[in-house]
Amino acid sequence: MSLLELKDISKIYGELKALDNVSIHVDKGEWVAIMGPSGSGKSTMMNIIGCMDKPSKGQVFLDGVDISKESSRKLTEIRRDKIGLIFQQFHMVNYLTAVENIMVSQYYHSLPDEEEALEALGRVGLRDRAKHLPSQLSGGEQQRVCVARALINHPELILADEPTGNLDEANENIVLDLFRQLHREGTTLIVVTHDPEVAEAAQRTIVLEHGRVAREIINENFQE
Amino acid sequence: MFIRMIRGALVRQRGKMFLIAFTIALGASLATAMLNVMLDVGDKVNQELKTYGANITVKPNSSTLLSSLYDVEDEGEQIETAYLNEEDVSKLKTIFWAYNIVDFAPFMKMAVTLEDGNEAEAVGTWFNHHLDLTTGESLDAGVVSLRSWWEVTDGSWIDEQNDPVNTIMVGRMLAVRQGWNAGQTVTLTGPRGSEEVTIAGIYDAGGDEDEQIYAPLDLVQKLNGLDGKVESIEVSAITTPDNDLAKRAAQNPAALSAADYETWYCTAYVSAICYQIQEAIPDAVASAVRQVAESEGSILDKTQLLMILITILSLIGAALGISNLVTASVMERAQEFGLMKAIGAKDYSITGLVMIEILITALVGGVAGYFMGFGFAQLIGHSVFGSAIEMKVMVIPIVVVLIALVTAAGSLPAIRMILRLRPAEVLHGSKT
Ligand SMILES: Nc1ncnc2c1ncn2[C@@H]1O[C@H](COP(=O)(O)OP(=O)(O)OP(=O)(O)O)[C@@H](O)[C@H]1O
Ligand SMILES: [Mg+2]
Repeated sequence: MSLLELKDISKIYGELKALDNVSIHVDKGEWVAIMGPSGSGKSTMMNIIGCMDKPSKGQVFLDGVDISKESSRKLTEIRRDKIGLIFQQFHMVNYLTAVENIMVSQYYHSLPDEEEALEALGRVGLRDRAKHLPSQLSGGEQQRVCVARALINHPELILADEPTGNLDEANENIVLDLFRQLHREGTTLIVVTHDPEVAEAAQRTIVLEHGRVAREIINENFQE
Repeated sequence: MFIRMIRGALVRQRGKMFLIAFTIALGASLATAMLNVMLDVGDKVNQELKTYGANITVKPNSSTLLSSLYDVEDEGEQIETAYLNEEDVSKLKTIFWAYNIVDFAPFMKMAVTLEDGNEAEAVGTWFNHHLDLTTGESLDAGVVSLRSWWEVTDGSWIDEQNDPVNTIMVGRMLAVRQGWNAGQTVTLTGPRGSEEVTIAGIYDAGGDEDEQIYAPLDLVQKLNGLDGKVESIEVSAITTPDNDLAKRAAQNPAALSAADYETWYCTAYVSAICYQIQEAIPDAVASAVRQVAESEGSILDKTQLLMILITILSLIGAALGISNLVTASVMERAQEFGLMKAIGAKDYSITGLVMIEILITALVGGVAGYFMGFGFAQLIGHSVFGSAIEMKVMVIPIVVVLIALVTAAGSLPAIRMILRLRPAEVLHGSKT
């Protein structure tokens, strides 16, 4: 059953076609990697899927609902309820502690629950860092807090744009393990990456070139 | 959570918040000081202008001169001048505008011979003459306040209540020439004999008075043999600036219509006050010392205008400062707000967060500013007017409203920035 379907999506900036007639579909519970050279439109596509941008042409179905024509207010609600976002940069509110950063996400979603937030921190192995400010955490630790924040509201879909781009090997593996766990729990994952190793962890890789889908690769070696 | 976020934002960014609070405090303090000074300045400026000296002089009517000349012939004495009666001086405080007459002093001049045979001019007057009026009011009138800009360089002002009548004050130049000091005893000789007098103080008036001797009226009257007489009275009155009506009335009050006369009489025009003085003191001519009397009202207006301008400018300055600081802080936090939007925050909840942060900061700054302004006002009061400024309660709501407006105006650009912020753009700063 498909969770996400892009139909003939184009995103045009003046002369430039950042996305050119892209059609993809992602099933519920699937783990998809997106690769492609710089400027091929990966982030543009993630923004559209993540309800942070609208396509110039085409339709986006999320859970069977066309979101391409929704108001930005409605998009904010959809994003809040269904999507967890992870970015290459570890965006944290720098005057809030690790646990508070997670609670912000709960706060905007429903109700902050410190216990639950601490549990999420525990999942990424940072329970003892709950009271630390971002400036007191390493980059890898910050990204792990961001992962915990993305999964705190149990989103159906996690969108990660180069989540390991700024991480060392050890932290990359921690994050990948977390993705494997999420995948086992049935969460749908779309991960943009330049790193073949990260792509190989996924079930399927979609390669973009010049705003078009160049090819799709099924990962034969995928292990549940 | 909201409170935790606000607290985090305020406490962990206190450096920035302190700057904003400080800017607001500066604006608030200036507004508080200026408003308080402005509301209090009417009295203060009038008191200040009083120190420019008298604005009305009262002299004997020339017709009295004639009659006293007849007297002179009857008595066979040689008197060249007409006089007013000292006992009439206090009648000044019985006129309709008595309350506007803030100070006055009678004068009597004479030539005295000093010990070394030189001549000097002695001026008899009141220093701090105590009057108990028939109205029950009591006041101290005289040159101590009418000539308050004089500087007593040696000794002190004569205190009529405590000093003996044989006490004088000497102008700086005369004192230098004669080699006199405060505390010294000298002999003054007039047509009716000599008196040993003590010098209470040496003054610097910055004018002709520096060559004169100022003495209690009683002493000069005694030396002159003119008990109970004065030559002129100087009056300092708070007046309303003249208009057409006042000018017409000044020419001839009798030519006014009844209604105009009423209006004129019941307005504190200098001509109306002069007219009333003449009614109160028989055979007197009161005339305005023009320039000063006219400028009082307009100086007051101009001073207040100036203060309003300073207040407005300082508030605009504060608004610009706040706007800069808040905008810079929001720009720095663009990613944070983008992130909040990305994780589902609605615009209003982010602007609400920022506005409450600023509000709390403004509150702290405003309260601090009010007390700073209190200090400024007193500083201005003491350095400019030489007295405390009364703090008016009505200033508080005005300052609150002004600060709210200024803060809101200053935060507007930042709020607009937040609303226009698109999470996709700030979060994928991936072009790094
Ligand atoms: N807001 C924008 N205005 C104009 N052009 C844009 C905008 N955003 C992206 N582009 C352009 O669209 C193209 C695709 O950008 P996109 O960010 O999707 O690339 P990407 O595949 O994520 O690249 P990278 O691997 O470097 O992150 C690029 O050429 C980029 O310059
Ligand atoms: Mg990108």
